[in-house]
Amino acid sequence: MTMLPKEGIAAPAAGLAQPLALAMRLSAPRLVVPAVIVVALIIPWLATSFVMFQLTQVMIYGLAILGLNLLTGFNGQFSLGHSAFYGIGAYTAAILMHNYDVGYLWTLPAAGGVCFVVGFLFGLPALRLQNLYLALATFTLAIAMPQILKFHGFEEWTGGVQGLPLDQPDPPAFLPIDGDQWLYYFTLGVVLVMFWAATNLIRSRTGRAIMAIRDHPIAASAMGINTALYKTLTFGVSALYTGVAGALGALAVAFVAPDSFTIFLSISLLVGLVIGGVGSIPGCLFGGLFVLYVPNIAESVSTGLAGAIYGVILLVVVFVMPAGASGFARIVVARLSRSRRL
Amino acid sequence: MKKITRRSILATAPAALSLAMPRFSFAAKNYGPGVTDTEIKIGNTCFYTGPASSYGTIGKAMAAYYKMINDQGGVNGRKINFLSYDDAYSPPKTVEQTRRLVEQDKILLDAGPLGTPTNSAIWHYMNEKKVPQLFVSTGATKWDDPKGHPWTIGWQPNYQSEGRVYAAFILKEKPDAKIGVLYQNDDFGKDYLKGVKDGISANSKAKVIVEASYETTDPTVESQVVDMKAKGVDVFVNTGIPKFAAQSIRKAAEIQWAPLHILSSIGNSVAATLKPAGLENAKGLVSDFYLKDPNDTTWKDDAGYKWWVGFMDKYYPEGDKTDAGNVYGPSNSATVVQVLKQCGDELTRENVMKQAANLHDFTVPMLLPGIKLNTSATDFSPVKQVQMGRFDGVQWRLFGPLITGAVT
Amino acid sequence: MELVLQQVMAGLANGAIYACMALAVVMIYQAIDHLNFAQGEMAMFSTFIAWQLIEWGQPYWVAFGLTIVISFVAGILIDRVLFRPIQRAPILSQIAAFIALFSILNSSAGQIWNFTIKSFPTPFGHTPLFGGTLIDTHEAGMIGVTLVMLGLLYAFFRGTRLGLAMRAAATNPESARLVGIRVGWMTALGWGMAAAIGAVAGMLIAPVVFLEPNMMLGVLLYGFAGAVLGGLSSPAGAVVGGFAVGVIENLGGFIPYFGREMKLTIALAVIVVVLMFRPSGIFGRTAVSRV
Repeated sequence: MTMLPKEGIAAPAAGLAQPLALAMRLSAPRLVVPAVIVVALIIPWLATSFVMFQLTQVMIYGLAILGLNLLTGFNGQFSLGHSAFYGIGAYTAAILMHNYDVGYLWTLPAAGGVCFVVGFLFGLPALRLQNLYLALATFTLAIAMPQILKFHGFEEWTGGVQGLPLDQPDPPAFLPIDGDQWLYYFTLGVVLVMFWAATNLIRSRTGRAIMAIRDHPIAASAMGINTALYKTLTFGVSALYTGVAGALGALAVAFVAPDSFTIFLSISLLVGLVIGGVGSIPGCLFGGLFVLYVPNIAESVSTGLAGAIYGVILLVVVFVMPAGASGFARIVVARLSRSRRL
Repeated sequence: MKKITRRSILATAPAALSLAMPRFSFAAKNYGPGVTDTEIKIGNTCFYTGPASSYGTIGKAMAAYYKMINDQGGVNGRKINFLSYDDAYSPPKTVEQTRRLVEQDKILLDAGPLGTPTNSAIWHYMNEKKVPQLFVSTGATKWDDPKGHPWTIGWQPNYQSEGRVYAAFILKEKPDAKIGVLYQNDDFGKDYLKGVKDGISANSKAKVIVEASYETTDPTVESQVVDMKAKGVDVFVNTGIPKFAAQSIRKAAEIQWAPLHILSSIGNSVAATLKPAGLENAKGLVSDFYLKDPNDTTWKDDAGYKWWVGFMDKYYPEGDKTDAGNVYGPSNSATVVQVLKQCGDELTRENVMKQAANLHDFTVPMLLPGIKLNTSATDFSPVKQVQMGRFDGVQWRLFGPLITGAVT
Repeated sequence: MELVLQQVMAGLANGAIYACMALAVVMIYQAIDHLNFAQGEMAMFSTFIAWQLIEWGQPYWVAFGLTIVISFVAGILIDRVLFRPIQRAPILSQIAAFIALFSILNSSAGQIWNFTIKSFPTPFGHTPLFGGTLIDTHEAGMIGVTLVMLGLLYAFFRGTRLGLAMRAAATNPESARLVGIRVGWMTALGWGMAAAIGAVAGMLIAPVVFLEPNMMLGVLLYGFAGAVLGGLSSPAGAVVGGFAVGVIENLGGFIPYFGREMKLTIALAVIVVVLMFRPSGIFGRTAVSRV
């Protein structure tokens, strides 16, 4: 599948694509996705529970970044508000588990549903706004979210400033694994299903409409695409993805508090999106790796200047890969879909 | 299954270690994770990046203190290996970093981790794993819970009891006070507010008539101050962090509003709050103390202060001597070292908690004279006492007795 | 009523801070056609330089002038060294670079000057204006300087060829290049000017909020809000927007039940609602897209 030429915020570096395509032709791209899945399945039997916990979080951030990518990368709508959707998802799960004793399995569809509705509703006013104005509107959502979560009127449900503690999910009794391993597999399962669904969505007629709106909104509507509907729906689906990630995050961390969902989370997700590759689905996981590990690397270099080191690493990555890891991942996906079609 | 094997290996590791070195095993030695004959590994999380990075200096001052202890020969001959990781004031990151400390670095204990939401995030984990969460650097009330959370212990006086102390003072000084409280819209601000309100009984003439919150993203709190004056507030309880405390002190002076102005211990530093606000504007302010303010000339000949200056010069020369965090850090760490000393050669997690709950009249150089740390199996709040002081334009003048907080 | 008036005035005083920052935001928007997340940190860093110069014994105005010059040059350098190499990268990648710059400046300032708040001098003094409690001489001075800067900018963009060239370079670089404008240098000049205006804003804001590495976090947020509310294409709109944000935010505190605890949320909601009706800000021009 070839991408339509793009402009504006989602344009990838065309220059990277060709050499990588050549490189990929020499390997066996068909095997890449299964190989990654097999490795992911084996990891819990090799890694410590701490590394597993980290990788669980990588997958969760990857999923949240995928949500952002659906909106920004594929639909061309800018958002700095995804920490809010992540927070809403996390709090939906936490409130259901903590206050109503709902089983953790059911919190994911609930979180996704709530976020879809909120995202859809937020998408309506967003229709009127473009680029930077939309960026600001979503930015305000992210800024306001911790304050809303702290609000005394909601304290009965949200636990106010103190947050809500949760119990980590127990593995099913018939499986010979511990809690961390179960959480890892559970997250892996959810993430695989949602990545698969996103890939199919993008390849479908709907997906082409979503991308057409990004590439040329006026032409798209002239072709009979209901831009308003698709844009709000994309907003909803994007929020759904990030919300499910938030719910998984709440399960993994076993705690929610307003300070977990500040604008800095939105910025991290945005950085992950850029690093992984705008408009690339597998790149999101790479973004997740960056979000989790690079602050740790920066800190190990210097405690006092950790922030500056992080900035330097980010700059270097942007300089070296201006379009993120997507060049690589995009070719893999393209090759896979092409070979399947043959 | 795999897990069990790994755990059992871990559990037998100390035993194997003492077998390998029989020379040292005459005394009854019993080591938990992270302990050898030459080293004790302890952990910490702090905010070195992110919106609260100004508190990062606490972690650095703690590290400097342990370096000093090691230079002096360590604790009972064992060097302290202090691992402090950044959590950027983000609870999920705290969980990650703490799990790294516990599961990968295999620390004996977590020493003075910083922040309320961050410590709340690991509260259950630490108690489930039975790892000491020792002397958390936050004044929330919930840390004193020996029954429910026997592996977590607080350190500083809690914010609510400070609030009660202010209320008691107000009732004595101005029984018909119209009180205005400025507080930060988060855990510590709301705790102060609750303390003040709880301390004013419903049938007393004094009333809290303005509750003004601010966000850390607010540029100023000037409008809150103007509002309080307009509403006739005559007792101003100012629980802002130094930046906002200083703004309101300056604004109050500027608009010639002179209520009974009570400053919380969070914002009462001479160098960090009063100097920027203008010392003449700060005259008459009342506050409560448990640590010595290094920039208060009261202490210039004090032995504890002299020790602290020597410590800073030698072990943390780049540290800012006007920052209260650099007094807090070493004082907190000194308590950790005391616990390790009391543990002797039985350096297990169980014994760490037993000794942490077994402090008797322990004193720290930079705590106010007379303040003694005491804990027991039912009392998990080491520092309980504060003393009131009034600013005379140059230095804080302490007055009245040491007051023991009411909320435990 | 008096209380409301009082809060409107207090809001204007805060609004002056936002307006000042919003002006810098619009300046960079005019130069590079998008927002710079590191703008607040650049202003903070400039203010620390001024503070350092004053600590080293320079008189206020010398430090003031030197800081503007240093910031101008630094702004040009940042563009040439950091952003020129990635000017063809997607905009989101450039935003990531802004975030990197933000992180570097914030962290370095904390390391160099530490986090204890510092008072910053003001040439206007801190005495109540006209004996009232509502606004003081510094705040009045800040409003004055903001208006003067606005006038200068207006004259620059409307009245000089250079200003016109800069606007052309930002909004349509290809066409601008065809008519002989050196687009690269226009961008660099825009960076320099934005940095210089940011420095002035920082030096005016610091006496009110106190100088420390995180002083601009909130200010930049409100500055963005003000600039967007007023319209990014209009410097005057940005200033009006900044004042409006200050007033809206302060009045929001009066809504019963929600009150101060939610005043930020209320202010932001109002801004988004206004944007519903004026999607390009109150004074902004709507860009017409060509097919």
